[in-house]
Amino acid sequence: MNILYDERVDGALPDVDQGLLLRTLHTRLPDLEVLHQREELKPYECDGLSAYRTTPLLVVLPRHLDEVQGVLRICHELRVPVVARGAGTGLSGGALPLEKGVLLVMARFNKILHIDPDARTARVQPGVRNLAISQAAAPFGLYYAPDPSSQIACSIGGNVAENAGGVHCLKYGLTVHNLLKIDILSVDGEYLSLGADALDSPGFDLLALFTGSEGMLGVITEVTVKLLPKPQTAKVLLAAFDSVEKAGHAVAAIIAAGIIPAGLEMMDNLAIRAAEDFIHAGYPVEAQAILLCELDGVEADVHDDCNRVRQVLEQAGASEVRQARDEDERVRFWAGRKNAFPAVGRLAPDYYCMDGTIPRRMLPVVLQAIAGLSMHYNLRVANVFHAGDGNMHPLILFDANQPGELERAEALGGKILELCVKVGGSITGEHGVGREKINQMCAQFNSDELTLFHAVKAAFDPGGMLNPGKNIPTLHRCAEFGAMHVHMGQLPFPELERF
Amino acid sequence: MCSADNADNSALLLEQVNQALQYATPLRIQGANSKFFLGRNVAGQVLDTRGHRGIVSYDPTELVITARCGTPLVELVQVLEQAGQMLPCEPPSFGDATVGGMLASGLSGPRRPWAGALRDYVLGTRVITGHGKHLRFGGEVMKNVAGYDLSRLMAGSYGALGVITEVSLKVLPKPRQCLSISLELDPQRALLRLAEWGRQPLPISAACHDGQRLHLRLEGGEGSVMAAHERLGGERLDTSFWTQLNEHQLSFFDQDQPLWRLSLPNNTAQLALPGGQLIDWGGAQRWLKSDADASFIRTAATEVGGHATCYSHAVVDSPFQPMPDTLMRYQRNLKQQLDPRGIFNPGRLYAEL
Repeated sequence: MNILYDERVDGALPDVDQGLLLRTLHTRLPDLEVLHQREELKPYECDGLSAYRTTPLLVVLPRHLDEVQGVLRICHELRVPVVARGAGTGLSGGALPLEKGVLLVMARFNKILHIDPDARTARVQPGVRNLAISQAAAPFGLYYAPDPSSQIACSIGGNVAENAGGVHCLKYGLTVHNLLKIDILSVDGEYLSLGADALDSPGFDLLALFTGSEGMLGVITEVTVKLLPKPQTAKVLLAAFDSVEKAGHAVAAIIAAGIIPAGLEMMDNLAIRAAEDFIHAGYPVEAQAILLCELDGVEADVHDDCNRVRQVLEQAGASEVRQARDEDERVRFWAGRKNAFPAVGRLAPDYYCMDGTIPRRMLPVVLQAIAGLSMHYNLRVANVFHAGDGNMHPLILFDANQPGELERAEALGGKILELCVKVGGSITGEHGVGREKINQMCAQFNSDELTLFHAVKAAFDPGGMLNPGKNIPTLHRCAEFGAMHVHMGQLPFPELERF
Repeated sequence: MCSADNADNSALLLEQVNQALQYATPLRIQGANSKFFLGRNVAGQVLDTRGHRGIVSYDPTELVITARCGTPLVELVQVLEQAGQMLPCEPPSFGDATVGGMLASGLSGPRRPWAGALRDYVLGTRVITGHGKHLRFGGEVMKNVAGYDLSRLMAGSYGALGVITEVSLKVLPKPRQCLSISLELDPQRALLRLAEWGRQPLPISAACHDGQRLHLRLEGGEGSVMAAHERLGGERLDTSFWTQLNEHQLSFFDQDQPLWRLSLPNNTAQLALPGGQLIDWGGAQRWLKSDADASFIRTAATEVGGHATCYSHAVVDSPFQPMPDTLMRYQRNLKQQLDPRGIFNPGRLYAEL
């Protein structure tokens, strides 16, 4: 089923008079930069999920917050949908534009407003890059913990909208755990401040609700994050296993020993070989799985924990355990993992990255099932896994130039996500639903749950003008999707008409 | 399995909610009523959640526990303790609190500034909604960004958005070493030192100034705890101090004057307010015993970027700090959408909700 906005199943959008909108914007916001010619719009057709593209009606690039407010007010009056975009690195099409909508680019709001070392906070504009916050905090011995792999480029506004994660989530949490306050503009251009400079604020926790809401409830205009003292030291162990099952058990054994690593990553053989060919990290290419285990903190504790983890890994049947001898080797061990996506990308013209989560104990079952699906669809799958928190990133290799391969890759991806739901997991751990996983939402939630999500949306955007079509599918979409995917002989949404 | 410790009573709860929906009967959702003193009075029929109880699942290696709303919090804590694990946010029990009430009030204990709040450990919930459905949000996995985060929204909602029937929480291994000390420092200097220490990788996991001395808890590996102890010095303190603080059993909490909780940016200097003060959360939470006017206390808190809650029952009409009109409008919209008949704890948080 097509992933681009389809008014038949995603809901009708108002027809917009582009000329009138342009004139109104020019008259009321004369300094606002507006792009409207085809060749100017081209670079904004997609975000990090580049397989799907739509040309927006207009792109606006405000420099001042009153321009953002003005754009929202005008769009509200003229009933024009608005899609907000940060750096455009999102992997689920959350910032995929609409033909009938304005793309509101927040990337120019890139100032760090204040670092308060005593309060351990940073107040920043939404377009500030994730890594730039840590760099600005470094002189005070502080840093911002969430580190999505796109951290050089991705913006904090997008991180909040997607509740971005990274490789250190198990110990340091997701974006939601590292926020104090956000300022937002509502769909009709009203300011709201959610959260506080204190650790909590009265009333319903709208800060939690907005984090990960994918631009559906408001536009983020300012973010205050928590900063942490930089750990004194970090050490990495690399363990090789002759089976994925053993590696999976080793992960559980580390946790059972009372140790929470800063990072705990697993790669399967295909991913190991790809990374080694690309980065020469020194990975054992014969291994069926490797684990990378990073321990950080105070020197003495890290030293003790390294010894404990080494013991656990050996007992769990590791064929080899290596500790990075120095910072260079530690960085090299990580470089292999951090470049796993582009490394796998060299094995085939295209790859499709999934983001399901599962209870960790289900790992062997799920990997076996993925191997079966891979055979069935005749496409190779490499597995990279945030093992500590159960977040898998299977990478499906394909060639979009071969007729039917993209469709096969999508179908295989969909099956993997449904498998994650079936074993008690989720279709997305950190990339978001966006447009990419809109159909799989129908597998994870029933119609009553989706109805409640729509009710939440209606509390903030009753007209449905902020990022329509993302995050929560319409019941009609699910009815149509369900008609194609009948689970266990049961039709989901039996109460709905089918087309 | 069905014993007194373990009973699925959700069908009955659902039926009671559906009846209340039919007649638009306001419900006063109640576990052990251990936090009766918090919030406004609710005139409504009592919906007792204690019959729906028991640990539904717990696998220590998955770091997740799922429990029904009526499960006593002490029971949950005991189960975790047997496996060497804990709820790092240390929600207070106030006697016999239930898991449902723990989530609805969203309170956290002394470790909060370092380990996160209760809401940070919520992974999933089951909720009976204002549309008379028993639904599941979130789950038992560490990372899940599918749909809106309704589970965390339930933390601190005081039951105003639905009946919480079950919750899945992230748990963590208990620290290897725990040691408490107390230091001779006046409050002002203590706050300065705490700001300074906060920038260093010290294993502090609780910090309270009781007006006389600064009490610190050090937690982590043997090496870091010992090194910090050596560096900071001080006298050894019995660790039961933190439970007494968390459960409001210290003599400070003997009530002769209204008790207020001020939530402030952690580096706020000592506030000049009439009455006794106790500093917790490394400065981010201040307890105040004072006869001063609510508006006077709230202005002082707001001026520094915080807010104040009255913890004494029926002293002021709005124990939770009133919020700006625009924000209240959206809070009301949300309540209206999720509880259109207005049956769930109406008025407990605010008269308008």
